[in-house]
Amino acid sequence: MLSKVKDYSSLPEKKKQKLIKKGKIDADGNVIYHKKRRMFKSKRVNRSFAGDLFLILFLLIGGVFMAFPMIYAISNSFKPLHEIWLFPPNLIVRNPTMDNYKDLVTILSNSTVPFTKYLFNTIFITIVGTVFNVISASMCAYPLSKSKFKGKHFLNQIIILSLMFAAPAKAVANYLIMAGLGWIDTWLCLLIPALGSSFALYLIRGFVDTFPDIVLEAARIDGAGEFRIFFQVLMPNMKPAWMTLVVFSVRDFWNQGASIYIYREELKTLAYALSQIAAEGIARAGVSMAIQIIMLIVPVGTFLVTQSNIIETMATSGMKD
Amino acid sequence: MKQKAMKSQSLARANRQRRLSLLVFMGPFMIAFFVFTILPVIVSLVISLTNFNMLEFPQFVGLDNYAKLFLNDGVFATAVQNTFILALITGPIGYFLCFAFAWLINEIPPKPRAFLTLLFYAPALSGGFGAVWSLLFSNDSYGYFNAWLQEFGIITEPIRWTVDTDYMFAVCVIIILWQSLGTTFLTFIAGLQTVNKSLYEAGAVDGIRNRWQELYFITLPEMRGQLMFGAVMSISGTFGIDGVITAVFGMPTQEYKLHTIMHHLHDYANVRYEMGYACAIATILFIISVIANKLIQFVLNRIGK
Repeated sequence: MLSKVKDYSSLPEKKKQKLIKKGKIDADGNVIYHKKRRMFKSKRVNRSFAGDLFLILFLLIGGVFMAFPMIYAISNSFKPLHEIWLFPPNLIVRNPTMDNYKDLVTILSNSTVPFTKYLFNTIFITIVGTVFNVISASMCAYPLSKSKFKGKHFLNQIIILSLMFAAPAKAVANYLIMAGLGWIDTWLCLLIPALGSSFALYLIRGFVDTFPDIVLEAARIDGAGEFRIFFQVLMPNMKPAWMTLVVFSVRDFWNQGASIYIYREELKTLAYALSQIAAEGIARAGVSMAIQIIMLIVPVGTFLVTQSNIIETMATSGMKD
Repeated sequence: MKQKAMKSQSLARANRQRRLSLLVFMGPFMIAFFVFTILPVIVSLVISLTNFNMLEFPQFVGLDNYAKLFLNDGVFATAVQNTFILALITGPIGYFLCFAFAWLINEIPPKPRAFLTLLFYAPALSGGFGAVWSLLFSNDSYGYFNAWLQEFGIITEPIRWTVDTDYMFAVCVIIILWQSLGTTFLTFIAGLQTVNKSLYEAGAVDGIRNRWQELYFITLPEMRGQLMFGAVMSISGTFGIDGVITAVFGMPTQEYKLHTIMHHLHDYANVRYEMGYACAIATILFIISVIANKLIQFVLNRIGK
């Protein structure tokens, strides 16, 4: 838009003042910075076309390195068994086949506990666990960041410190606590601790901290109660934060395999059942790759849905204050 | 008089309401947090002062476990050394890469951005991919890297990546760096999304000349919460590294070359069932992490000032 106007000195005074105010021209009518040919629209300083191109190339190379094991797993899941053990090995499959996936279906349909039971268990745990995780952490992060009360600083410190204590050392105590509560062999062992995840809280709190107080104050003056402020002001603006937490939470619960707290076969999860299949040795190499790919569908799906949502929020909500 | 009484009454009510809302907001989290996190930590601190072996009733032994750790356990000294070297190399590099990639990805339009983010986040999506590295770095000619190097005639004998002490460390660093782009990376992406966009325009007016200044004076201070979070994650990730090493190099690793504090902890907790000793190791690891965290907080608090 700006580049179309060549001569700024001939502009009407009012428009000129406006441009000066925006910082686009100085008092003599000289343009402060030009809008160069760029790949992406952005109103910021110092961007160039070459820079953008270099950036994308650099990222693509990095991205391929990062995704390399995933590409490998996808490729292997379509290989017939003899091709997996071919020498020299080839990365990309030559004769793609669905055999590995078909074998997986056959194995699953022959299991003692029906496959759908495992699937249901995993879906239930994932949904409930994620909801617990996100709601509880977000609700607690709000006062821990914005309210004033005695011991707030202390609580915040404890939460950060707790993240650094090695999990295996806590396992014995955790088991004793679960046993004391009588929760062994129930899902409560997996779901209730999700209410008190210091990881989730610390993640969310980082975002609440930078949320402007003025907005909360304005809502309070308008007569909104704390709950309304939380659900209608804070949470919609914190969408990138809790959507990110949803991604992590779904990933962790979905991949929840064997648990030391759960013995009953009909309470076990899909990840557990599939890992048992993959554990049956070399002949299952192809099937185990197929398992990994199938297990990816839900975390990747969640990721894509949340990412597009995050971008949408940012586009519609605009500025925060 | 009456007015004053009413005022104090309504103040008291507001206070009561405030306290009630605090309770409702924080109650569920705090109860679960104390029961399932703080309590176990306290219990394991106490266990570290005993000789608990999971069968007999624990006996109080004072600081014996700690004395043994520092004076009598050569492997622990090796583990501490390995952990420090690995953490000092992979921690800062991983953290920096997370931020660099997140920052760069944030510059590109939404659709390719989502795709690239997915590529970069892929390692963290599934727990199983770590095992793929052990196939790629397999010790025989069926391993991909060996096969390729042989095909190009660079080597004649397969390199034994996971047991040859000359290569183990480098391979390990690559795998850890690959794995480290997960949680922190995605958090940075989200953090960059919530940076107030109008600040950039205001910054351009206020005399910010290049992207480095923009990064230092606007982006980084606005992302302080995520930077702190990332730091804590990378500390607990790098000092507590074990799973991916075990998946590729086995446990114990050749000549204890990649034996970390966490491996030592696993060894005593899950193999030898000496819980007292294992908890003492956990306590030492905890103290190291806390000190590292304090140092990083000190640095991060200086940014943009």
